[in-house]
Amino acid sequence: MAETQGGRSLVVDAVTHRYPSGALAVENINLDIKGGEIIALLGPSGCGKTTLLRIIAGFIAQTQGRIIIGDDIVDALPSNRRAVGIVFQNYALFPHLSISENVGYGLAARGIDKATRQREAQRLLELVQLPTMAERLPRQLSGGQQQRVALARALAIKPSILLLDEPFAALDKNLRLDMQIEVKRLQRVSGITTLIVTHDQEEALSMADRVAVLSHGKLEQFGSPSDVYDRPQTLFVNTFVGSTNRMPGVVVSADRTAARVRLDAGAEIIARPAGGALSEGGRVTVCIRPEHLQFVGDGTGFAGVVGMSLPLGATVVHEVTTADGSGVKVSQARIGETRALESGAAVRLAPLAPSLANAFPATL
Amino acid sequence: MGAAPASRDVTSYGLGLAAPLALFFLAFFVAPLLQLLWLSLHNDTAGLHWGLGQYLHFLTDPFSLGVLGSTLLLGAEVTAVCLVLGFPIAWLYQRVAPKLQTIIILIVLLPLLTSVVVRTFAWIVILGRQGIINATLQSLGIIDTPLKLLYTQFGVVIALAQVQMPLMTLPLITALGRIDPNLDDASCSLGAGSWRTFFRVVLPLSLPGVIAGCTLTYAAAITAFITQSLVGGGQMLFMPMYLYQQASTLQNWPFAAAISIIFLLAVLAVVSVFTTLGRLSRGYGGA
Repeated sequence: MAETQGGRSLVVDAVTHRYPSGALAVENINLDIKGGEIIALLGPSGCGKTTLLRIIAGFIAQTQGRIIIGDDIVDALPSNRRAVGIVFQNYALFPHLSISENVGYGLAARGIDKATRQREAQRLLELVQLPTMAERLPRQLSGGQQQRVALARALAIKPSILLLDEPFAALDKNLRLDMQIEVKRLQRVSGITTLIVTHDQEEALSMADRVAVLSHGKLEQFGSPSDVYDRPQTLFVNTFVGSTNRMPGVVVSADRTAARVRLDAGAEIIARPAGGALSEGGRVTVCIRPEHLQFVGDGTGFAGVVGMSLPLGATVVHEVTTADGSGVKVSQARIGETRALESGAAVRLAPLAPSLANAFPATL
Repeated sequence: MGAAPASRDVTSYGLGLAAPLALFFLAFFVAPLLQLLWLSLHNDTAGLHWGLGQYLHFLTDPFSLGVLGSTLLLGAEVTAVCLVLGFPIAWLYQRVAPKLQTIIILIVLLPLLTSVVVRTFAWIVILGRQGIINATLQSLGIIDTPLKLLYTQFGVVIALAQVQMPLMTLPLITALGRIDPNLDDASCSLGAGSWRTFFRVVLPLSLPGVIAGCTLTYAAAITAFITQSLVGGGQMLFMPMYLYQQASTLQNWPFAAAISIIFLLAVLAVVSVFTTLGRLSRGYGGA
C-alpha cells in the first residue's frame, strides 16, 4: 500500500501547558512513542488528554516542552505544516463539500490536480469500504459512514501521525466494535503511528499497544494494557482501569517486593507494594479486583457477610460486607455449580495471590 | 377502551382567528397598493384619462432612468461597503473572549440606539467643509483647501454604510456562529492555510448570513430617505426624494404613483435575486 510512508516516531518531551487563566492543563508529560504503535490516551473528562492531542496537532502551542515527530522538532510548525492527520469526535466533515471533495481537500491544499485528487479519493473510499458514496454530501451519510470518511480524509494526506479524538464515542455499541476493528485494520495496513484519545478503558485496552493513563493533567502510567491492568503504578490507575475493591489497612512489615498488611477488615495478607516502597506502620489502601478474591475455609482470610448475589451470566457477583463495615465485591466465574449465596451467609475471603493485591500509601 | 369515536384533524385550523389581521392588511396595505396602481394608470393629474403614459414617460426619460440607476447603484455600493467592513467584525466576534463579545455587540448595536436623524446630522458635522475630517487634515497640513465630502456620492455611501451596518453584521455573526469551530482545525490539519480555509470553508458556509445581510442592507439603503437627502443634499437625487418631489411639491400624483410601482418592482427584482441565491446556498446549512 502507498500509505506505508507512516511509522514515524513521536516524542512528547516534558510538555506542560498552562491556560491563560494560569490553571495547568497538562503538566510535565513525557511519552516516547515508537513508529507504527497505537497509543491510547486514557483518562476521565477534564484530565488534559484532548489538550495534549491538540498540542501534538499544533492547534495549541504548549507553554513548555517539545514535540518531536521523527527527527524533527515541530514546535515552530503551524498545524497545516505538521502533516498530522486528525479525526474529530464529531468528524468535522465539510458539510458543503461532497464526500469525494472532503477526502480530496488535503490534496487540493497541496496543489494536486483534480483528476489525481478524485482518483486518490476513490481509492481511499474503497479502503474504508464506501466506494459508492463519492458524490453524496456528509449529511446524507450515517454516523459510522461519516467516521469512515473522516478517516479517509485524514489518511489522504499520508500523515506521519494519526490522531483520533474520542472517535467512537458517538457510535452505538455494535457499530463501535465494527469501527474499532476497522481502525485497527487500517492502522495495520498503513503502519501509521496512531494516538487515540478516549475515556473508555475497554477501548484503550483492546485497541492500543500501550496505554497512557492521565489524571488531572499528569501522566499516571504509561505501559502495555496488561501492565496498566495487572500492575498499576498508582491508586488512580488501579481504580480507573477496571473495577476494584479498596480496602484500608496498616503495613506490618515491608520490603521491595512484598508487604504484610493488616487489613481493617480483620486479616493479614501479603500485598505487592505497587506505588514504591512502603514504610512499616503506615496506612495503606489495598486494591483487589473482584475477580481476584476467593472464598476460603475457616481460619484464613477475613470474615464477611453476604449482602446480595447477582448472577450476571458468565460470572456471579457477590456483595460482601466486611467486619469494618465496608463493602467488597467478589466475582466468581460460573463453573459447574457455582452457588448464588444466601443473603446473610457468613463467608471468609482472601486474595487469589499476593501479586494480585496492590498496596498504595494512603493519601489522607 | 375502544377507538376514539370521531378523529379530529388537528392539522387544519379555522381561519377565523386570522381575520382581524387579514382585515387590517386589506384595509391598510392591499387597498392603498391597489389605489396606487390605479392612480399610476392615468395619463393626467386629474385622473380622467386611462393609459400607460406615466410609465412610458419614466422609461423614456433619461433623467428618471438616471435617478433609478443611481439609486440601485447606491444600494450596491452601500451593501458592498457594509459586507467588506462587517465581515471582519463578525469574524472577530467569533474568536474573542465572551467579555469582548459583549463589547463588540454593544458597538454594533449602538447606532440603533440613536435616531437616524441624529446620526445623519453627526455625519454632516464630520463630513462638512469645516467638519472634523477637513479640520484635522488642514491642521496637519495635508490639504490646503477643504475636500468636498458632504453632498457627494462618497459621503452618502459612508453615512448610509454606518447607519445600516447592524443589518449586515448581526446576520453575519449568527451565520458564522453556526459554523463548527472544528472545521477550522480540520482544514488546517489537512494542510490548508488561513486564506484557503477562509475561502473554501468559512465563506461558503456563511453564505446564508451574507445573503440575508445583503438583502436587508440593500433594501434599507435604497429607501433611506432621511440620510440620502440630508447627506446627499440638493445635487444628489435618489428615488425616495424624487418620489417625494413629484408627489408633494409638484402634486403630480399619477407620475409619483408610477415611480413608486417601478421602484417597488426594481427593489423586488434585486431582493428576489438575493433570495434565489439564498435558496441555492441553503444546501450548505446543517452539520
